[in-house]
Amino acid sequence: MKQLISIRGLSKTYDSGFQALKHLDLDIHRGEIFALLGPNGAGKTTLIGIICGIVNPSSGTVTVDGHDVVLDYRATRTKIGLVPQELCTDSFETVWATVNFSRGLFGKPRDHAFVEKVLRDLSLWDKRHSKILALSGGMKRRVMMAKALSHQPDILFLDEPTAGVDVELRRDMWEMVRELRDRGVTIILTTHYIEEAQEMADRIGIISNGELILVEEKAALMSKLGKKQLTLQLQKPLNNVPEGLESFALELTDNGCSLVYTFDAQNEQTGIGTLLRTLAERGIDFKNLHSSESSLEDIFVNLVRGR
Amino acid sequence: MNIYGVRSIYRFEMARWFRTLTQSIVSPIISTSLYFVVFGAAIGARMGEVNGVSYGAFIIPGLVMLSLLSESISNASFGIYFPKFTGTIYEILSAPVSTFEVVAGFVGAAATKSVLLGLLILLTARLFVNYHIAHPLWMLAFLVLTAITFSLLGFIIGIWADGFEKLQIVPLMIITPLTFLGGSFYSIDMLPPVWQKIALINPAVYLISGFRWSFYDVSDVAVGVSLGMIALFMLLCLGIIYWIFKTGYKIRP
Ligand SMILES: Nc1ncnc2c1ncn2[C@@H]1O[C@H](COP(=O)(O)OP(=O)(O)OP(=O)(O)O)[C@@H](O)[C@H]1O
Ligand SMILES: [Mg+2]
Repeated sequence: MKQLISIRGLSKTYDSGFQALKHLDLDIHRGEIFALLGPNGAGKTTLIGIICGIVNPSSGTVTVDGHDVVLDYRATRTKIGLVPQELCTDSFETVWATVNFSRGLFGKPRDHAFVEKVLRDLSLWDKRHSKILALSGGMKRRVMMAKALSHQPDILFLDEPTAGVDVELRRDMWEMVRELRDRGVTIILTTHYIEEAQEMADRIGIISNGELILVEEKAALMSKLGKKQLTLQLQKPLNNVPEGLESFALELTDNGCSLVYTFDAQNEQTGIGTLLRTLAERGIDFKNLHSSESSLEDIFVNLVRGR
Repeated sequence: MNIYGVRSIYRFEMARWFRTLTQSIVSPIISTSLYFVVFGAAIGARMGEVNGVSYGAFIIPGLVMLSLLSESISNASFGIYFPKFTGTIYEILSAPVSTFEVVAGFVGAAATKSVLLGLLILLTARLFVNYHIAHPLWMLAFLVLTAITFSLLGFIIGIWADGFEKLQIVPLMIITPLTFLGGSFYSIDMLPPVWQKIALINPAVYLISGFRWSFYDVSDVAVGVSLGMIALFMLLCLGIIYWIFKTGYKIRP
């Protein structure tokens, strides 16, 4: 079976009356890294919360490996590790105690060798006897990661894993996530950084206002990235795209003052020459022109704004 | 059944207690000693026997109950309130543990602590007064049942509270008056008849009376009634906790 997590018609209305998720459908494939991208308040944390059992769904179903997350929570939660968005730890505990606590809580017998390995992988071994309050923010985040990995989960949720993390640690984190994926762990991460989704994910989902507005393979999304745009600022505004130029996928913006031509930068023939010649023949004058590359960021902003 | 989960929560809670061991046990022992000095030795010497028991010995069960109730409530309420306050409760909510297992871990630890403390107070009391225990097993049973019941109540308070004031207000405003008025320092039949009737709606009366019976074979109300009341109260708390987890009240939005 390809899907590991399947979400059907999931809605969440908080007690305040606010609807954070609106009839959401999504499948997460086994072994992939899935990035959930969306602005503040889009519902990312709510979605993760429901899958992990922290938030009660209002309607709809979520199954993990065929088990319902509400009815069969023992089976689903045993498979899941969660690193929440907020840094919250038991300040007065030692790293060693807190990671062992997590392992037991998730129903696993003590295994010092395994916990040692997790701590070493996260460069926390030297700090194992330190109280958590004596650690830096980045270290605390790694402690939370160690807690999430302590029970050998098949699925790892990372809710904004790199918020407030320096560049070097961010690279380490990415490296670690890739290694986990190579070991067969399915990873779902949320982020505000498009760069991060681009760098890490196999598939990307964009969520806004509680609705999933796009789910695509990164490769497919990247081919959209290959598009370039040529914008011509016209001397005189036009009412519509001039006749005879229909073959050029043109768009009038800026109240008819700008003509936008989208083309594939990878093509041998961009068609710019023909376009400019044709415009000159028709006496359409322009005062300025510039070309730009559409990034995932533009796609994202357009999609989110379009709602 | 997630035995490892229960054990983890239990151990975690006990470890928290041992970290602050001195303050956890020294302050109740000092305050109980003060009661004995004042009520047992100073005033008690001038008081006659109550129901055939010297006054100093008479107040021991009541004093133990007083500490047992407040310690059970404060331990259990703090134990669950704190993870809620710091946010670490996310881990318990996302873990494969049932309501029963979570409660068993937290309430089990809180009850263990208060039973140990109750026994410690009994030992301390021995330094001041000579007393005997007529039914040691029943004494232990009352101790354990009361500790569990009031730890359950504390657990509920910890979930209900959304600030430290609320956490303290219930023990302070309700439990202390109830135990003081529940016959810690006097027998109910020393009260005027009307007040004897009114006293019977106070649950602490049944606890203290039953507990005192296990020491001196004398009680204000029948022992069976005492046990029945504790059982009733325990079921009520269990029912409320079941409802809390079922609906997610204040812990799972
Ligand atoms: N417990 C709650 N009660 C009421 N509303 C809530 C609650 N938790 C979240 N919300 C609301 O639900 C919406 C979605 O919140 P959520 O935390 O899922 O967003 P998010 O996508 O994770 O945002 P961010 O990127 O800022 O973390 C927000 O508008 C938020 O205010
Ligand atoms: Mg969030």
